Amino acid sequence: MGEEILKVEKLTVEFYGQKVVEDVNFSLKKGEVLAVVGPNGSGKSVLFRALLGLVPYTGKVTWQKGVKIGYVPQKLAVEKDFPLTAGEFMTLRRVKPKQEIEKSLEDVGLHKKNKGYGWLLDKKLGQLSSGQLQRLLIANSLTGKPDVLLFDEPTSGIDIAGEETIYELFRKLQASTELTVILISHDLNAIHDFSDNVLGLNRKQICFGRPHEVLDHRLLHHLYGEEMEHHHPGHDLSAL
Amino acid sequence: MTYFQIISAIFIGLAAGYVGSFMVLRRMALVGDALSHVALPGLAIAILLNINPFVGAFATLFIGIVFVWLIENRTELSTESLIGLIFTVSLAIGFLITPQSELLEALFGDISKISAVDAYLAVIFSIILVLAMRSISKGFILSTISPDLARASGVKVAKLNFIFLLLVAIAVALGIKAVGSLLMGALVIIPAITSRNVTSSLRGYTVASALIGLISLLGGMAIAGRFHLSPGPIVILASSAIFLVSLLFTKR
Repeated sequence: MGEEILKVEKLTVEFYGQKVVEDVNFSLKKGEVLAVVGPNGSGKSVLFRALLGLVPYTGKVTWQKGVKIGYVPQKLAVEKDFPLTAGEFMTLRRVKPKQEIEKSLEDVGLHKKNKGYGWLLDKKLGQLSSGQLQRLLIANSLTGKPDVLLFDEPTSGIDIAGEETIYELFRKLQASTELTVILISHDLNAIHDFSDNVLGLNRKQICFGRPHEVLDHRLLHHLYGEEMEHHHPGHDLSAL
Repeated sequence: MTYFQIISAIFIGLAAGYVGSFMVLRRMALVGDALSHVALPGLAIAILLNINPFVGAFATLFIGIVFVWLIENRTELSTESLIGLIFTVSLAIGFLITPQSELLEALFGDISKISAVDAYLAVIFSIILVLAMRSISKGFILSTISPDLARASGVKVAKLNFIFLLLVAIAVALGIKAVGSLLMGALVIIPAITSRNVTSSLRGYTVASALIGLISLLGGMAIAGRFHLSPGPIVILASSAIFLVSLLFTKR
């Protein structure tokens, strides 16, 4: 860890005159993990799209020169019968050489050698389970050896066991490559264990700092309101 | 059938089926149908000016795709409703200005009138079409299933969409001589949905769609020729028959 890889200043995104992300400021060092938390519709995914340069914004987003960004979208628009196999999906980004694809599939445990997983590559993309699809998307983002991974976690559909392994996977990757990770997450326990910094977003920036400093009752009330305390027993804060 | 007809049918069938397979993945079946009607006024103008129908059809199709592309990229208007408008207006204008004696041919095609020039055009443009589509296919599929991921990976999505529409316009302009402007949409779509029933990989799906396009067009023309029927409708019925058979083998 050391050099700054991303600096965001006064980032604001407007859609039809409405500010969906307003005045966001933070910076990120190489090898760090930043978790972005906030309720649905709080602008998390829009923030990602701005960081990727996919939507117009005001303010400044400065990436370290020559940085390579891998992106893991929340979902893909594929129907169950979309004629594209998981293996074919991996070749869409024209990654060269081909061994890179093999390597990243191996990293997420989907390589052909891996009994029981290899056959997944011949399956239609739309028929993978959400956990399998997420692994594949991560493998896809890892090809081309990115310095930074932007990981937009799906809100539902991943079983808890699967979720833990994804975080374990990130930890493993980080140890070997000094990968910087920005993730949108809904699992507060995992964030607490796994991230270096937390960015609380509810259209405006609510907080930014170390997880144990900023993840408290007051913040969560601010972010999620009543919903948090009454409807998400799984995210009990006594565990934090 | 003449040598020119057979060659034209093979190449147009392959190209239409191949490009059609990508249109179906984009859920653009109706756009294809509407675009084929846009060719009608172009055909009429070509007949009136006595120029090659392919050129006339392509000219109005080009205007049509620019319009579709602008709707997609520059406005928030619903593509579907505007395409409905373009389609009916084109049909109305085309119907009015097409000489009465040529109307049936413009609407339903007449492959018996394919000349040597038409056949050469069909071969050259079909080859260009397939090669160009192949070269943009990966970026196109990626931007279909996740525009954000495609753009984050450096795919120029808007540019690619325009090239794609251009290829669709060429495919439609090529096929109109064979099956006419009313039925061309079906020649592009039916092979693709048939292929989708029986394949699971992208490669298998696109190749099978191209082959089904070829079989439909060539087979339909042969049957029509044998029984002295209008080729356009018979071609579409032939491809629909293959579709019905494919339902028996649908992979679930």
